[in-house]
Amino acid sequence: MSDALVEVRDLKVTFMGGARPVRAVDGVDLTLARGEVMALIGESGSGKSVTLRQLMRLNPERKTHVEGSIRVAGEDVMGLSSARLTHYRGAEAAMIFQEPLLALDPVYTVGAQITEAIRRHERVSKADARARALALFERVRIPSPERRLDAYPHEMSGGMRQRAMIALALACRPKLLLADEPTTALDATVQIQILLLLRELQRDLGLSIVFVTHDLGAAVEVADRIAVMYAGRIVEEGTARDLIRTPRHPYTIGLLKSRAHGALSKGSRLEAIPGSPPDLANLPPGCAFAPRCPLAADACRAAAPPALDVGPGHRARCIRTEDAAGLLMTQAA
Amino acid sequence: MSAALEGSPALPVPAAAPSQATGYWTSVWRRLRRDPVAMGAAIVLLLFVLAAILAPYIAPADPYRSSMLRRLRPIGTAGYPLGTDELGRDMLSRLIFGARYSLLMGITPVALAFGIGGTIGIVAGFAGGRVNTAMMRTIDIFYAFPSVLLAVALSGALGAGFGNALLSLTIVFIPPIARIAESVTTQVRSRDYVEAARASGAGALTLLRVHVLGNVLGPIFVYSTSLISVSMILASGLSFLGLGVRPPEPEWGLMLNTLRTAIYVQPWVAALPGLMIFIVSISFNLLSDGLRSAMDVKQ
Repeated sequence: MSDALVEVRDLKVTFMGGARPVRAVDGVDLTLARGEVMALIGESGSGKSVTLRQLMRLNPERKTHVEGSIRVAGEDVMGLSSARLTHYRGAEAAMIFQEPLLALDPVYTVGAQITEAIRRHERVSKADARARALALFERVRIPSPERRLDAYPHEMSGGMRQRAMIALALACRPKLLLADEPTTALDATVQIQILLLLRELQRDLGLSIVFVTHDLGAAVEVADRIAVMYAGRIVEEGTARDLIRTPRHPYTIGLLKSRAHGALSKGSRLEAIPGSPPDLANLPPGCAFAPRCPLAADACRAAAPPALDVGPGHRARCIRTEDAAGLLMTQAA
Repeated sequence: MSAALEGSPALPVPAAAPSQATGYWTSVWRRLRRDPVAMGAAIVLLLFVLAAILAPYIAPADPYRSSMLRRLRPIGTAGYPLGTDELGRDMLSRLIFGARYSLLMGITPVALAFGIGGTIGIVAGFAGGRVNTAMMRTIDIFYAFPSVLLAVALSGALGAGFGNALLSLTIVFIPPIARIAESVTTQVRSRDYVEAARASGAGALTLLRVHVLGNVLGPIFVYSTSLISVSMILASGLSFLGLGVRPPEPEWGLMLNTLRTAIYVQPWVAALPGLMIFIVSISFNLLSDGLRSAMDVKQ
């Protein structure tokens, strides 16, 4: 595929720091086309953020053991020299963080931070860099942008800070935008605005976006494709539409049912997935979800299931996808 | 006097610190000006600094000229507004000249230790891992001694004198400042904005220079200013023990020592140098407190 911007093959990330090595990401394959938006969803500790950070090589290299390959725009990210890596970070791929108040340096104005980022990558004058920062602020629709450039992060509201953070990430015109729970720290109304802004920027600038969230609603809102992660593996991946309409993995079905959506009538119980996520340092031998799965059979506990095609561009790591479809039906009734 | 040294206060990591962004110091100054206690302390200190600088012009008499006939006059004697000491020297003049020593002994060791200890701590904190352990455990060896004992031991080993006292005080203040610098740097290093800067392609030097220094210097500076009073008191203590400034120099600690014998004759005169030490050191502490809250941008 020549139009693939990101190609991740069999990525394994193991943290060596603690008493026992912890395999946070266990064989992730990802392909992202140019201009495509992918959402990585899963609960805390499922490896979604680690995967995202590894795309930037942000995991502490001394304490992390990484296997597999990551290619972005044809370049081998894991093999980049430190000089190429500083170019890659910012100019090829950029990242926005969950809590913009923490991710913006409190002692500099946001304008100064954007100008600094631009001048780090390109030889432009301070005035030109500031003009570009101003254009970016207009682009992300910050009101009275000229004045806001001279504001400190704590002087802005949460939504505006996240817009400034997005402007900072886009400062050097990256092709790939990585977003680590970009709306989690925001108010519900602001969340939608930020998601719509991301979607609009993606369309106008032809960006590819990988964004991590545990909010299925947000994922459906902006993503073309959704990958569901559980215990370091992608358990199901497909178009947003397929995944919501015809989920095939019992975990995805569990996630869908555990949402408090509009149809939930007062007094009815919210479905939850029983049990808790597994200890990554001590995974069961077979399917990691088997201990919590209503359909688990002996075969599930024996070996990790392979990724099976269950439809066009729709794959699930489950050997009981046929029965899983039925699981959704019975619950819906 | 050592309590302030050993019990390092929990410093909030920064809302703000010195930065090249304009307007920051203006806003710190604006907030400081609205703090009556800090401003009072600042004015007192300013008066002492002026007195120290202008000592030869404002002192009514020669601080070294003694007179056996006019020993230990009480406060309010005509011609000697603050009385005379045990050798008949004018107390007011000696106290004014003494401000030079005390301010110098208070500020110089702390300024030197701020440079050295701050650098050690920031490097250790930023490097992390084994470098950090090696550097900080070495610092801890010095930290293990009570500050007074260390100052006395170093001064004793180096020999009495003004320069040696400064040097030993500098050595005493390096470990606590390095420790604060290290802990603040370690905190800042793990902050999201450092990670975000790394994600936008900043190299280690940029991270250190822009994001770590910018956030770390403020708290280290504030902590250091709180050590000035400790330094002054320790310096006076050294002089009192005969390890700092030598007679006949009019250093407050030394004056306190020599006037000790006169405490039953002229208790008020004998207490004056101590009162000066108290006023100046508490002013430094109050100003440092005010500075800490003024530098907290998030208020």
